[in-house]
Amino acid sequence: MNPVLRWGRTLGFALTLPVILVTLWWVWSADSTNYYAPPLQTILTTFGDVWFSERLRADVLPSVTRLAIGYTGAVVVGVGLGVLLGANRTLRRVTEPVLEFFRAIPPPALIPILFLFAGIGDTAKVIVIVSGAVWPVLLNTVEGVRAVDDVLSDTSRSYGITGLARLRHLVLPAASPQIVAGMRQALSISIILMVISEMFASTNGLGFSVIQFQRSFAIPEMWSGILLLGLLGFVLSLLFQLFERRSLRWYHGLRRSQRGEN
Amino acid sequence: MTQPLLDVAGVQKTYTGSGRTVEAVRDLTFSVGDGELVCIVGPSGAGKTTLLKCIAGLLEPTAGTVTLAGARVDGPPEAMAVVFQEYGRSLYPWLTVEGNVELPLKQKKLDKARRRELVRDALEAVGLADVHSAYPWQLSGGMQQRVAIARAVAYEPKVLLMDEPFAAVDAQTRADLEDLIRSLWHKLGVTILFVTHDIDESVYLGQRVLVLSSSPTVIMEDLTIDLPDERTQLETRSSPRFADLRGHVYEQIQLAKHRKGDQHQRDEVATGSHRAGQPTVAADPGH
Repeated sequence: MNPVLRWGRTLGFALTLPVILVTLWWVWSADSTNYYAPPLQTILTTFGDVWFSERLRADVLPSVTRLAIGYTGAVVVGVGLGVLLGANRTLRRVTEPVLEFFRAIPPPALIPILFLFAGIGDTAKVIVIVSGAVWPVLLNTVEGVRAVDDVLSDTSRSYGITGLARLRHLVLPAASPQIVAGMRQALSISIILMVISEMFASTNGLGFSVIQFQRSFAIPEMWSGILLLGLLGFVLSLLFQLFERRSLRWYHGLRRSQRGEN
Repeated sequence: MTQPLLDVAGVQKTYTGSGRTVEAVRDLTFSVGDGELVCIVGPSGAGKTTLLKCIAGLLEPTAGTVTLAGARVDGPPEAMAVVFQEYGRSLYPWLTVEGNVELPLKQKKLDKARRRELVRDALEAVGLADVHSAYPWQLSGGMQQRVAIARAVAYEPKVLLMDEPFAAVDAQTRADLEDLIRSLWHKLGVTILFVTHDIDESVYLGQRVLVLSSSPTVIMEDLTIDLPDERTQLETRSSPRFADLRGHVYEQIQLAKHRKGDQHQRDEVATGSHRAGQPTVAADPGH
């Protein structure tokens, strides 16, 4: 099959269900008189009015900034600590129970405490995101670093690849499939925490807007905010897939060749 | 014999863990001259990998010393390169063939032009000039091991250590790779220490063959292979002298299987062996 045709088919498969669902929503809600479930047409019209305006700068930008900083922080802290713990057995054994405990706490439960200590500003929200999203990155990095192959490790050592060079050329690339898997989980946790922390106490942001609209009975606006959050998550996850496909091309190729042989 | 480049003196390795000790290598002494090709052959579980790791500076011997060009080995020396049996696990899967060969050279702080030259020459020497931008996992097993050999050659070591490098490839590929090693050895004048469990391979490749006993390991025999220097799979392997030598090594290995290192030492050297009668545990981590 020629590539254009194949690409078209893939796109067709991917779009069929969304198109059906949106159409159904559109048709069913068209004559809706339910105040809380306005017609989709109304929601979409409102969407343009609400979000392609001052709110883009006043609410969307602050949310996305908090998300970006919090997520980056979680990845940096998670990979950094993960490498340390993964490389040091004693440290790992000492910290493991504590880490398991903190990981088990549902991240939103920390919000009240963190807001008490860090106020309700941007810093507090970034801390909330980091404190929830760091766990999958951290624990996956630990596993990835631990699982570095013995033979490859000996090979590196025999070629004098030690210390920082070992970290850069062996440990991080070898652990990258696990690190990326942790980063993928961390991304969705980050979005959730961004929204929740803004709903909790804030003066701007997407979560704040959705709650404000709900409280002031601006129902179509509320729906449009939820749609925007869904779209944001969807776009970020697409971008992440692109990043993953590029950075782990070797890994997927390796896996395919192993499956082919075995 | 030329002057010794690599000197292994009284090397012993005992693993301790969870309440028992396993003596993998008993007492090994031998030396390898500059430019020699020496094969070490021994039964499975003879501690061959342990010995090789001690020589490579990857394991610290419990007793004894390894000396390379007059300097004691207490970590991987720059003048040594190792080729492992598990080619699939010794190449960096995230680097291309070229990247794999080049990485140790970067670590050696060679400039870019020199690196490129070494990488090109090494890949050419192993017959892989045209796959430099492929990933290792896109290649067959034999080709992957060629990449590992190219990487070792490009590193320009004085001593090339090879740990059963062809144990996991098919027979035809194996014969090709054996000839590749002989020709690289001729061309580069590098000293090669080649560990194998394959008797034919050791006789075909080596100038000397060291026969190891079962674990705990000692050297049973240091045999000079007086075959002509030009060796071919067909002629050399069918020559009467080859048959004699391989028969002799085979007998030694059979003996080795039945007479463990303790008994061997007790019989030959008559030392008071406090371990005689203790069941021998195969402690070769490579098996």
